[in-house]
Amino acid sequence: MSKFFSRTKVAIALMLGGVGLFSGSAHAQNPQPVRVGFVTFLSGPAAGPFGVPARLAAEAVVESLNAGKVPAPYTTKGFGGAPIELVVIDEAGGTTKQVSEYRNLVSRQNVDYIIGYISSGDCLAIAPVAEEVKKITILVDCGTPRVFEEASYKYVFRTRPHATMDAVAAALYLTEQFPDIKTYGGINQNYAWGQDSWSDFELAMKTLKPSATVTTSQMPKFGAGQYGAEISALMQSNSDVIHSSLWGGDLEAFMMQAVPRGLFKKSKLVLVAGEPYLHRLGSNMPDGTIVGARGTNGVFAPEGKLKTWLKEIYRTKADHDPNYPAYVTAMAFLGLKTAYEKAKAKVPVSDDALIAALEHSTFESPSGRVVMGLGKGHQAVMGTAYGSTKLVNGQVTVVNIKQYPAERVTPPEGVSSADWIKGGMKPKQ
Amino acid sequence: MSHFLAIFIDGVIYSSWLFIIAVGLTLIYGVMKILNVAHGSLYALGAYAATALGGYWLATGHAPMGSYAMLVLAAIVVGLIAGPVIERGLLRFVYGKEEVVLVLVTYAVFLILEDLTKLAFGVDPLSIPEPYALLGSFEVGDLVYPTYSVVLVGLSLLVALVLALVLNKTRQGKILQAVIHDREMSAAMGINVSRVYLVTFTVGVMLAALGGALTAPTISVQPGIAAEVIVLAFAVVVIGGLGSLGGAALGAVIVGMVRAWAVHKLPEVELFSVYAVMALVLIVRPKGLFAAPEARKI
Repeated sequence: MSKFFSRTKVAIALMLGGVGLFSGSAHAQNPQPVRVGFVTFLSGPAAGPFGVPARLAAEAVVESLNAGKVPAPYTTKGFGGAPIELVVIDEAGGTTKQVSEYRNLVSRQNVDYIIGYISSGDCLAIAPVAEEVKKITILVDCGTPRVFEEASYKYVFRTRPHATMDAVAAALYLTEQFPDIKTYGGINQNYAWGQDSWSDFELAMKTLKPSATVTTSQMPKFGAGQYGAEISALMQSNSDVIHSSLWGGDLEAFMMQAVPRGLFKKSKLVLVAGEPYLHRLGSNMPDGTIVGARGTNGVFAPEGKLKTWLKEIYRTKADHDPNYPAYVTAMAFLGLKTAYEKAKAKVPVSDDALIAALEHSTFESPSGRVVMGLGKGHQAVMGTAYGSTKLVNGQVTVVNIKQYPAERVTPPEGVSSADWIKGGMKPKQ
Repeated sequence: MSHFLAIFIDGVIYSSWLFIIAVGLTLIYGVMKILNVAHGSLYALGAYAATALGGYWLATGHAPMGSYAMLVLAAIVVGLIAGPVIERGLLRFVYGKEEVVLVLVTYAVFLILEDLTKLAFGVDPLSIPEPYALLGSFEVGDLVYPTYSVVLVGLSLLVALVLALVLNKTRQGKILQAVIHDREMSAAMGINVSRVYLVTFTVGVMLAALGGALTAPTISVQPGIAAEVIVLAFAVVVIGGLGSLGGAALGAVIVGMVRAWAVHKLPEVELFSVYAVMALVLIVRPKGLFAAPEARKI
């Protein structure tokens, strides 16, 4: 019996060795796949407008890249010929859970790179961990400028602009398009994003239009759901303009309750994160609502082959056009691909080579050219745009679009957003 | 219109909503001494069911006014299914255990229902805005209010009135009060306590689901709404005194008015104000405003 087992063991060992040799020779012919962890909200309030479009875009982009069907300059299959494997996980659950999930992606899922994160809180929590475990991580959508203004990272990148431009460009648009504004109020969520957004907007308005006064600043808690009293207070404030960075279910609930009460007949609404809701809110979006997309994303994206490509591949997975979370997701994958292929001159691709290739790089995206121009080459800059909604044949369109170059809405290297706005938002000399 | 009147109207509307979402929680605790953490999930289930039933009703071309009936029907269906399943299938096995065990069991139900809801309805937000705007709106001074808010106020008054009448003026109510006072003695006197518990829990679930169903037309129904509501509902019933119907009503009015005042006059303390009131009440009356004195059992 023992002889039988020992023979069996030898046979299994030979078989395994054979498989190993075979797979080794196969790998020599077919490059190893590049495993990319993708983290986005698959549940919770941010899933519908942000997380799910980002996931659909990630899947569509990876399929298209692997098939080699992306327009120039991205015609090589996958990343430098290596197929991309996507590992998608849910961003819901808070920062503590996300840090654990991140470590799981690195140590158990053995991903090569990580792309993702919508919440600013998650980005701030993940960046130091990425640095600790030395894993190249590309932040996709979070807005807080603090990631690279308050720290310096080797392994962390953000391939989309930060959120300062939301408030600055909104104030520029308002003061240019409606120079008679005398009063403005706001409704923003009572946490970092809402408070920062309002504070930046208020500072920018004070710089650009010192004569305009603040009427009210409503700060309902995240997920409040009921906005009856806030709507009354805003109506009674008789503000010319209402600024809001509400998003997700909060924005939808606010609009569902405010539109029937006629709030926007009295005041013009500015939604700094409004673009992802154009198709969701439909006719509930009042005509003349001013919307932005933090960059020339979504409806603001310049016409071109890459924009057409993204719309086509996204449409295979959804019944509507891609919104800005989909655009910035595509941006992250194309940025990583550009750097990977530049670094691939030295095979195998080392992290150091890839980091060097991505720092201060420039690459094309469906939203236009992206320049990694801030945060010592780790933070993207690009221009942005604002426009006003108009219902045409039951469809929400955006008209009267104004573009703003990056230097007009983004602080230069080494200057914090708040200081730059307070200092008059002067472009770098 | 004066700020005072606006605060009063907004406070009344918000109080009504608070009462509707909290009354089921206090009813279950009053009779069964179960702090039902799953209350929030049952509220969410009501909202989802209302969106599904109401959406189906409207999509199939029926009279839009019928969508209101669908909201109520959704709450009844959720109550009749989830109530007996949870009470008979789970809770009855842990009666008599410490209250903390019951809290943990209902917390488990909360988590299970959260995931079941995601499985059944997906994670995309759903909405049924039609009933909110269908009844039009009315003006009070320079403010416009949806008529739906009046319906909400009326319904919460109706629920309070019906519950008060049933509890105080009917035989079934007297039986319920007997069980509240002493479960063992009631059983010894021939009262079917198991049936009282089943009916109470089912009605409590129905009220939680009614809260969700009536809220659905005003919000985007999506995962996460359960947790937001349970915190507020707890604040309301704790202020009023756990298990007290009158306490829930008073707690809802206090929280509603204080919040409306804060939003209009001092918006930066709006979030703080609700919990400051709760803390103040608990300092003065640790068991809430209307908590009944407990008889010492020998």
